[in-house]
Amino acid sequence: MAKRFRWFTPLMVGALVMAACTTTPTGGDGKTVTVIGTWTDAEQAAFLAMVAPWETETGNTVKYQGTRSINDILAAGVPTGVLPDLAGLPGPGQMAEYAAAGALQPLDDVLDVATYTSETSPALVDLGKVDGKTYGVFIKAALKGLIYYNPTLHDYSASAPATWDELISQGEANQGDAEALWCVGIESGDASGWPATDWIENILLRQSGPDVYNDWWAGKVPWTDPAIKAAFDLYADVIDNTYGGGTNAVATAFQTGGDALFDNPPGCALFQQANFMSGQGKFATLTAGTDFNAFPFPALNPDYANAVEGAGDLFGMFHATDAAKSLMKYLVTAEAQDIWVKAGGALSANKNATSYPDDFSKNAGAAVANAEQFVFDASDLMPSAMNAAFWSHMVSLTSGSETVDEALAALQVVAEDAYAE
Amino acid sequence: MTAVSAPREMAGPKQGWFARHHIGVHTALIVLMVIWAIPTIGLFINSFRPATDAFGSGWWSALFPPYNFNFENYAHVLGQSGIGTSFLNSLFISIPATVIPLFVAAFAAYAFSWMEFPGRNILFVVVVGLLVVPLQATLIPVLSMFASWGIAGTFLAVWLAHTAYGLPFAIYLLRNFMGSLPREVFESAAIDGASAVTSFFRLALPMSVPAIAALAIFQFLFVWNDLLVALIYISLVNPDNLPLPVVIANLVSSQGAGIEFLGAAAFLSMALPLIVFFSLQRFFVRGIVGGSVKG
Amino acid sequence: MTDKLITAAIVVVGVPAVLIGYIWLTEQVIRILPEKQKPRVRPWLWMAPALAFLALFLVYPMFGTFLRSFQNHPGTEFVGLDNFFWFFGSADALSALKNNVLWLIFLTLFVVGFGLLVAVLVDKVRYESFAKSVIFVPLAISMVAAGVIWLYMYQYRPPGAVQTGTLNAAIDIFGLGPVPWLQVQTFSVNTFMLIIVMAWMWTGFAMVIISAALKGINPELMEAARVDGATEWQVFRGIVFPLLVPTLVVVSTTMIITALKAFDVVFTMTSGNLNTNVIANQMYAEMFKFGQYGRASAIAVVLLLAIIPIMFFNIGRFRAQEAVR
Repeated sequence: MAKRFRWFTPLMVGALVMAACTTTPTGGDGKTVTVIGTWTDAEQAAFLAMVAPWETETGNTVKYQGTRSINDILAAGVPTGVLPDLAGLPGPGQMAEYAAAGALQPLDDVLDVATYTSETSPALVDLGKVDGKTYGVFIKAALKGLIYYNPTLHDYSASAPATWDELISQGEANQGDAEALWCVGIESGDASGWPATDWIENILLRQSGPDVYNDWWAGKVPWTDPAIKAAFDLYADVIDNTYGGGTNAVATAFQTGGDALFDNPPGCALFQQANFMSGQGKFATLTAGTDFNAFPFPALNPDYANAVEGAGDLFGMFHATDAAKSLMKYLVTAEAQDIWVKAGGALSANKNATSYPDDFSKNAGAAVANAEQFVFDASDLMPSAMNAAFWSHMVSLTSGSETVDEALAALQVVAEDAYAE
Repeated sequence: MTAVSAPREMAGPKQGWFARHHIGVHTALIVLMVIWAIPTIGLFINSFRPATDAFGSGWWSALFPPYNFNFENYAHVLGQSGIGTSFLNSLFISIPATVIPLFVAAFAAYAFSWMEFPGRNILFVVVVGLLVVPLQATLIPVLSMFASWGIAGTFLAVWLAHTAYGLPFAIYLLRNFMGSLPREVFESAAIDGASAVTSFFRLALPMSVPAIAALAIFQFLFVWNDLLVALIYISLVNPDNLPLPVVIANLVSSQGAGIEFLGAAAFLSMALPLIVFFSLQRFFVRGIVGGSVKG
Repeated sequence: MTDKLITAAIVVVGVPAVLIGYIWLTEQVIRILPEKQKPRVRPWLWMAPALAFLALFLVYPMFGTFLRSFQNHPGTEFVGLDNFFWFFGSADALSALKNNVLWLIFLTLFVVGFGLLVAVLVDKVRYESFAKSVIFVPLAISMVAAGVIWLYMYQYRPPGAVQTGTLNAAIDIFGLGPVPWLQVQTFSVNTFMLIIVMAWMWTGFAMVIISAALKGINPELMEAARVDGATEWQVFRGIVFPLLVPTLVVVSTTMIITALKAFDVVFTMTSGNLNTNVIANQMYAEMFKFGQYGRASAIAVVLLLAIIPIMFFNIGRFRAQEAVR
């Protein structure tokens, strides 16, 4: 038995190792660009459609890998140097970290910065910069703080309430036999609580303005400040008037959070969410404009009536190969973003990409492009520890296991540590 | 006892009291099986319903008319681009990642059980203690290591990693099993002039087959369902090599839509580990060890 | 495609060949050695591949982690025990530690208890394979799918609405109100709900191992006892159970360590909110979400220290086991 292995074994060892290594990575030579992003399923298809013309024109290939765990992957990739050519970055905070670590490449020589700046909202352009250099560009945007409603219950398209007080009085007057005024759903796996943070952000923005808002997420305004407390108190009022109370809000996934709008009798009359909600839950099966519609978040303080909160998908480059640079240049153009916009469910960051499939998206896109005062999603901009605590305490607050003051005090404790570095 | 010799030889259950007990056994088992199965059955039924139905009403309501079943979820999953490749990748990853640790652990377990050397117990406890090392704590150092060896993104990297992660438990279990084998068997073999190798392959291994079968089932299962290891060691470099769990996780969009597909995907993915489980069941038969465990 | 198939074929043949060939090689080496050296060298050669794997992939990173736990956030200077003080001082940590104790005790009890019960019962019936697979299926389902399954089980709708969650619909039959299972913090109900999920998955694990050990018990011993008039319970308590103890120790130890590392269930279902957090989840958050490697490492070291008592217990058992042999 033993003699057989004398030549067999070394041969097998060699063959085995060789075989395993035959699938060696190429990682972006002149012709292939490796890309990692958070888009999967339908969004992935949209992205691939977006890059298809570039592939045909240049003859290069895009190897795209979608994943929901982009944070984990990049957190492992940046310290070890094992990285794709381009990547969708989790947020401006992480972008700054990767740039500081020397992993992200500056894009000022890659893009036509002047064109990019003129075609994109200034807030988005600034967020992609670290120390004046551009490291990230937005290729997709989102609008937050839309108030969804069911037109069959009451149609607001002719005259949407312009102030919060009008919203409450009109909302309650037209509630019909809806059980409560609002629907809220904040469950979202390990990001549970984020829809509630959107509530706080939209309220705060319109109560106290963009300056306070921007100082707040930068850690310059304490959580216990009266301005912040006022926002939280208003949110608590909303929860008091929500379908199933705070308990149901915590137990309901955000995707199905607005489904009660369409129940018979309806569970609620109004639902606050981002523009991409139109592709979730029951909304996805209905037609925008006829079965559901939305109006912008009403004003709380007339000075800040035109303030708008949005978010976006940031893209960065890790390896400055020629093909990668070319792809990056292509992605910020209106032609490229138009392709995704046409597919639906996305807003472009480029103001000139306007081929929206329906009025609903068109209005949302216009709101982002033309906003006088545009701010970015605050929780995305906070240090990750602060962000996580914000989400977590919104869940406790909504479920009733914490009061507003307790939550704010706890958040301030976290802030002292999180912003200290 | 008035037992007749024939029933005793048949080794069947005694009549009367034992027969009553047998009903108890069956009842208890059936209750347990039902409790265990209900959650899975819920998912199974929901996997045939469209999303709005699955979230709008309990799965049991699908058992009454109107029936609204379809294969859409399954079709969507099977239609995913790259699902065939990822299935093959999964096989390609799982089989060596099961076989290698089995052998490596068996060698070490045999040494721990039947060879004398100083520090044996302490070293063994350290090995078992490594069970507690959190996987996440090893990801970055190991990825660095792979990168410097140039094998990041390859199957070899994943085989090596899974082998290492599976070793502490495999060694622990096998040593326990081998260690309880009767000393006399090995002693008489040694007297007959058998070498360590022969004792290992002809005695220890065959007598440890139930433990090896159990290990094979678990290791295959964990590797087959593993998401994190493949994600970190392969994603960054070579998406073509990604296994099935990654494709399944990606069924859900970045905004959380698509949960209804996970049920269908789970059942499709579960088929192979269950086949492995069933085919290894025949090694769990009494008599293979046959009296080796001492009273 | 074809090159993958060829590679696969080589791998299937080659891997076992390499491994067996290794042992053959070591024996050749040993043959050369003087007689006295043989038994001294042999164990180390047999253990070498295992030790190499463990050293590279587990010991080396763990050592690095250990060092990291004494360093500050960017890893530039030593801060002594600061990270440990931070951990034990943070409000979340105490809640998480308390939860881990609950996990430790109840996950192990549940899994080992039910695993033992099923293994023993299933041994007596003809549909053994089928019954075992029913209990085993949850382990075969990936964590992602298990999350969805229990989402359906625990789902909550406001009182008055039709209940869509299995558990709430079941208690609804008795007229009891719907319960938001994952939110109730009194008596740590929500933590228990999470423990149930994991226990449901892992009972099959304990069952398979205990069943394997059970098959190794000489049936003649049991028959002899039965013939002498022993009841099933006496057979179990007097013969079967004592012989299973070493295996039960292995399974229990493994489950205790699994409970300490429990992360997936909490992460997927509640993200640690509403007092369900566990330290493995905190470690993951510190490492991957916040980039706080020093703190994450401190938590990992705490985990390591927590299992030392269990390891001492195991050493004691090995010594006892060997004394009997």
